[in-house]
Amino acid sequence: MSRRGVLATDLTPTELVRRRLGGRRVDVAGRLFEGLLLTALLIALAILLTLLVDIFRDAFPVLRERGTDFITSNVSSLPERAGVRQGIQGSLTIVAFVAVLAFPLGIGAAIYLEEYARDTWLSRAINANIRNLAGVPSIVYGLLGIAVFVQFGGLSAVTGGRSVISAGLTMSILVLPIVVITSAEAIRAVPDSIREAGYGVGATRWEVVRSHVLPYAAPGILTGTVLTMARAFGEAAPLVLIGAATGFLSTGSGGFLEQLQGPYTALPIQVFDFATRNLREFQSSTAAAIVVLLSILLLVNAVAIVLRNRYERRW
Amino acid sequence: MDGSTGGAALTAADLRGSAARIRKEALIRRGLFGAAALSIVINLLIIATLFDGTLDFLANVDLSALWSDGWFPRRDLFDIRTIVAGTLLVSAIAMAVAAPLGLGAAMYLSEYASPRARRRLKPILEVLAGIPSVVMGFFALTWISPNVMQRFWDATAFNMGAAGIGVGILITPLVASIAEDAMFAVPRSLREASYGLGAKRRHTTLRIVFPAAVSGIVAAMILGLSRAIGETLVVAIAAGGTGGSLFNLDPTGPGQTMTAAMTALATGSDQVKGASEAFPSLFFVGSLLFLMTLALNVVSERFVRRVRRRY
Repeated sequence: MSRRGVLATDLTPTELVRRRLGGRRVDVAGRLFEGLLLTALLIALAILLTLLVDIFRDAFPVLRERGTDFITSNVSSLPERAGVRQGIQGSLTIVAFVAVLAFPLGIGAAIYLEEYARDTWLSRAINANIRNLAGVPSIVYGLLGIAVFVQFGGLSAVTGGRSVISAGLTMSILVLPIVVITSAEAIRAVPDSIREAGYGVGATRWEVVRSHVLPYAAPGILTGTVLTMARAFGEAAPLVLIGAATGFLSTGSGGFLEQLQGPYTALPIQVFDFATRNLREFQSSTAAAIVVLLSILLLVNAVAIVLRNRYERRW
Repeated sequence: MDGSTGGAALTAADLRGSAARIRKEALIRRGLFGAAALSIVINLLIIATLFDGTLDFLANVDLSALWSDGWFPRRDLFDIRTIVAGTLLVSAIAMAVAAPLGLGAAMYLSEYASPRARRRLKPILEVLAGIPSVVMGFFALTWISPNVMQRFWDATAFNMGAAGIGVGILITPLVASIAEDAMFAVPRSLREASYGLGAKRRHTTLRIVFPAAVSGIVAAMILGLSRAIGETLVVAIAAGGTGGSLFNLDPTGPGQTMTAAMTALATGSDQVKGASEAFPSLFFVGSLLFLMTLALNVVSERFVRRVRRRY
């Protein structure tokens, strides 16, 4: 910005304009600003790398000495024997509940809102409700779980109180609004011409949805549901309230239902439990449990990315 | 379709379709409506649960305990100021981290990055968004606390500053993604008009795109704040308010937030069975949390709608 330098000389106006427009001055302030913005992203990257490196370094001793033994061992109060088998099992069970309950209900709700609902006060109220539910802090869902599934007379007989059933039901309610919102987005992206093709040959609304809309919306819905699974796998706050066991756990005798109704734990809960114990003894185990957790999440996310890249369609 | 043979006139009955098909259609419609209406039921259940538990708590607790020397549920001291101040302090630190990082990243991705650079840089935020909060809590306690808080300030091992920074990192992707959407929604024509007048990219970004997207950016900040207030496990692990806490606004020291107080009540360090009001206080704190985040979400929704209406 050497404005003064140019103006100070006694050049003819023509020459002055030519210099002002033709110069190859570097916009220093602009470059600095761009650099500043890029720095924000680079800081995020640096934090991410630091986090991963720090956790891997902490986890290394346990992973090297115990290897798969850490994954196949049960809960224990001794850091050298504690493992995450029950945590993985509990988290997978919770994700199974989410897949069976939240996915069909959420996708169904999305179909209703996008394909069936007219713009009435009721459908607007449902939409507002779903947006509100998506913003409710996850720990509040834990309170809902306590009141409805753990303590409420009739239901607690089925769920067994503080059990993996209660946890799975609570987690299904927690992720339901996310499933609805991502599925609705995918359905909305299908152009109307596709629907009109269906109606044109005399199909009913549901037939259009099933044969025309859903197949085209499927990749988007699938990506959304896979990411939701990751969320359900890593979420711990409501489970802390539902009372995931952190101490002794039976190692799995009894019938299928009995096991579901009994005490349980989940992988992120084990991380929380390890981290809040005597940290000096458990730091390495905590990090190792985190490595297991992150590996599973990474795998799930990779699946989502592959699905998106393979089936994504632009209209 | 049998009515259409022989050139007879087509009646309304012919076009109605088979009864079974109509029945099936109505059944499916009703089922799908049920799934959608479930959200209202869930919302009402949440409100009923919180209301019921809060009434239960307020009816039995000595009201002066809500304005006392600190948050010690075991000793029947439920000072609201302590946990609300802790929550606000942690959220303020989180926003001090997430606002510049999120906005800077959003501006770069929306205004500067080439499509190729965007494809390479965006996953940084996406991966960061996928980090569970327990993991961030561990990182806040074992890395941020010693390497940031204790290095530059005279902080204790458990401190609210590290928790706040951890929460800030966690909500950065959210702030960035909403702010980026807002700036992306600004029509190209505005940018081109600005370039046509000879404005530099920096001026176009700051004086044209930013003001045009400002309500969306404000919405991003408010939503980030709402998420920070509700964030639980980072604070529960790193802020060190397990056994209760005195009123504290010093980020280098331990403290208690609303969410951490709730986990502490539930995990047993504070859980006392019997006549104590410790357990019902969970619902009281939960109601407070619900109302605060609800208010923020409603306000941010207003701002988002304003952007959408304009373009």
